Amino acid sequence: MFFQQLVNGLTIGSTYALVTIGFSMVWSILQLTNFAHSSFYMLGAYFTLTIMMAMGGTVQAFFLALVISVILTAVLGALMERICLRPIRERKAIGIAAMLCTVGVQTTINNAILVFFGSETKSFPDVLQLGRFRIGNVIVTWLQVVILVLAVILMIAMSLIVYKTKLGAAMRSVSQNTSAAHLMGINVNFVIMATFFLGTFVAAIAGTMVGMYYQAIDTTMAAATGTKSMAAAILGGIGVLPGAMLGGIIIGVVETFVASYISSGYRDAIAFLILIIVLLVKPTGMFGKKAINKV
Amino acid sequence: MVRKFFSGLLSGWAKYEKIVWIVAFVFALVFPVLFSSPYIVNIGVLCLLYVVLSLSLNLITGYMGITTLGHAAFYGVGAYTAAILSTRFGFNFLLTFLFAAIITAVFGLLLGAPTLRVSGRYLSIVTLGFCEICRIVELNWMDLTRGPLGIPNIPAPELFGISMDEPFHKYYIALVLVVLTVIIMSNIVNSRVGRGIGAIKGDELAAGAMGINTTNFKLMVFIVSAAIAGVAGAFYAHYMSFIDPTSFTFDQSVQILSMTILGGMGSIPGSIIGAIALTAIPELLRDFMEWRQIIYGVILAVMVIFKPNGLLGGFNLKHIRQRDQFAKAKEVAAK
Repeated sequence: MFFQQLVNGLTIGSTYALVTIGFSMVWSILQLTNFAHSSFYMLGAYFTLTIMMAMGGTVQAFFLALVISVILTAVLGALMERICLRPIRERKAIGIAAMLCTVGVQTTINNAILVFFGSETKSFPDVLQLGRFRIGNVIVTWLQVVILVLAVILMIAMSLIVYKTKLGAAMRSVSQNTSAAHLMGINVNFVIMATFFLGTFVAAIAGTMVGMYYQAIDTTMAAATGTKSMAAAILGGIGVLPGAMLGGIIIGVVETFVASYISSGYRDAIAFLILIIVLLVKPTGMFGKKAINKV
Repeated sequence: MVRKFFSGLLSGWAKYEKIVWIVAFVFALVFPVLFSSPYIVNIGVLCLLYVVLSLSLNLITGYMGITTLGHAAFYGVGAYTAAILSTRFGFNFLLTFLFAAIITAVFGLLLGAPTLRVSGRYLSIVTLGFCEICRIVELNWMDLTRGPLGIPNIPAPELFGISMDEPFHKYYIALVLVVLTVIIMSNIVNSRVGRGIGAIKGDELAAGAMGINTTNFKLMVFIVSAAIAGVAGAFYAHYMSFIDPTSFTFDQSVQILSMTILGGMGSIPGSIIGAIALTAIPELLRDFMEWRQIIYGVILAVMVIFKPNGLLGGFNLKHIRQRDQFAKAKEVAAK
């Protein structure tokens, strides 16, 4: 039972980790709580399902749909930055303004999905038909393995981008000091758009994977995951990529255990409890660095 | 040219500020008489309710600069307190208002405590968490709150045996609440406490260095703001006669926050205008049904892009009045 729940928790946790990556990166670069992030996560799932079904629901259709949907969603994410957030940045508005704008975008996207795709739960057919296997008492589906492996690959890829490429160095420098990065010749606007693109890209993949895992998508996906990714980002330490990932996995695992051993009704509250405990005990998270507050 | 029009409008308002208040109040008084259809009066009641909520939030977010996403929690706690006390113990609405204020004030203290240690963006997530935990507890603690079934049959307000069941009765109760809230807020904001709060918003470290007890002020603001929101919640319970946890979600917090910010941070008339506008617009858009929320989201995003500080944010009518008077006096003296 324990190991079964562990496997389940790791699976869902790795999807949380993927969503948290984008959220944490935007937070560290722009000091912005991007409420719309979870909406893009949900949008990715809906796009994939719709495109896949429009193309006949075959395995090839699935892969094509995945590629199209993820790129489309990522472009939309970057577009949000360009249209909504950049003007606010240029007007040097207070921080809440940008946050409120993402809330507006979140409301718009969530309700647009309601209007255009309908409010009923849509089933995500099991096109891959991967089957399952057994290790002792634990039943593991190959889909779970795929999700885990894909998540790990994506996390490694993101880490490589952020820590080993020029773009990644630009991202990190923008997060440390935007003006100085600008002075060093970094195209800050481009870097920020790229951050949104990458983060949304990964979140859209996560959305699709969650849809496949539960074989259903509905319009409430965004809300629960959004708040959990926030908790995961703080748990892991803002701006620290490995922290964000680990935070997501921990929340997934803890939540699964609580849901099975204690009560499933309080499942969504667990992330918040973890969050509040972390903030009271170690606000910088597991891996975060303590920022010196200069007067 | 547009700018000149608006600055002229503002100067005019600043000069006749008291008259504008009186006119607005009189209008609010006769509103149910003018528009006697129950539907419109009910919209009026909702507007007034959100005015109270938006004002109370403005105290924390607009005047003290702390972004909180958990205001709906106070609203909910007040509503449930009133509902439980009146349905199970038969408390009169005045008593439920009182107890709602007290109990919600305790919750205000609970939420205010973390703000002492955490700040900024972290804080907004803590408040979000607080709101969600309150809602989830309301949803799951069946013995106390009946969970998702909600609490039905909450009695209408009753005074001296007369049941105030009609929409326009409730309208006037709401109006009394609004007036009380405005008076309380004005008194706080224009006092030493208000200036201290403004100092905390400007620069907390400096404020502390100047001898302002930031801890006490923060907690006080949270307690007062929560108590007001709690009374609003109690009113909501008696008004709707049925409550359930779905009215007190994070989305509700965001709605209240957007009214406060759109109206103008740190501006009492701003909150009033923002609340009325953002309550009335969805009602006017009711014809568009599902598109309503999409339009609402777009309006929100667009307004924030073009006017991040809100409609009346940063406009201190007293300053505008004094500046105009000074400019006029200078003109006269130059002749």
